[in-house]
Amino acid sequence: MLLAAPINLNHPGHYLHWGVVQISVANLVVVAVMVGIFVAALLLPFPNRKRRR
Amino acid sequence: MTAPAVQPSWTGRLRGRLVRALPPDQLLPDRQPVYVSSWIYVFGVLTLAAFLVVLVTGGLLAVEGPQWWHRSDAGHFVNSLHLWSVELFMAFMVIHLWGKFFMAAWRGHRAMTWITGSLCFVGSIGTAFTGYLIQSNFDAQWISTQAKDGLNAAGIGAFFNVTDFGQMLMWHVALLPFVVGVIIGVHILQVRKRGVVPPFELDPLDRVAPELRSQP
Repeated sequence: MLLAAPINLNHPGHYLHWGVVQISVANLVVVAVMVGIFVAALLLPFPNRKRRR
Repeated sequence: MTAPAVQPSWTGRLRGRLVRALPPDQLLPDRQPVYVSSWIYVFGVLTLAAFLVVLVTGGLLAVEGPQWWHRSDAGHFVNSLHLWSVELFMAFMVIHLWGKFFMAAWRGHRAMTWITGSLCFVGSIGTAFTGYLIQSNFDAQWISTQAKDGLNAAGIGAFFNVTDFGQMLMWHVALLPFVVGVIIGVHILQVRKRGVVPPFELDPLDRVAPELRSQP
């Protein structure tokens, strides 16, 4: 038996339009998460940094 | 007692070249410079780890076949693992690319590292694309019939036919993984050979006037 997805995916995707640019909300969320991870990787301290050479 | 003379065999010469190009302590180092202690340096190995999961789950799917991945719980699970490891592989690779771009990681004779990374990116897009084509569902049919017009317009549809399931299957499970795997291997060897690119403030070339940098 399949479990239901936490978000209802059984519908056409939502798209954003900006001039010639068109992107789905899902893809925009993925890009935003990736940018967030990139910024966090630059700002967050790395553990045990002082013990290294 | 004198040391034995090196035999002039091709294996001896090849071994000598390999050891000179990649000494064992450089090939498998147990210490790294202090600037590597940053999360931004983690995304290369995260990409590699995701790639290994992609290979293992893809191998299972190839062995068991479409009936298994469409109709059984275990097949659904491995199919999902294959999809999400690919999603993570592409995401980690792009974040790795962003980090290396802003580090100008081609500095210090690392052009081949940069080029092999770029080839890996392009090859991975092709591998992911052919993967979408062989899902054996309506999504695959839609993608193939949408893509064929563009590829035909580009003039490559005659020998790369996206509606030919058998051809796309072989590209996806044999040719492209082999090519991407070899490129990743060369990329990692280049990283080991040249080392991880240092920050700008530690790069000795940054202290040299630009017009003098190309001189020995």
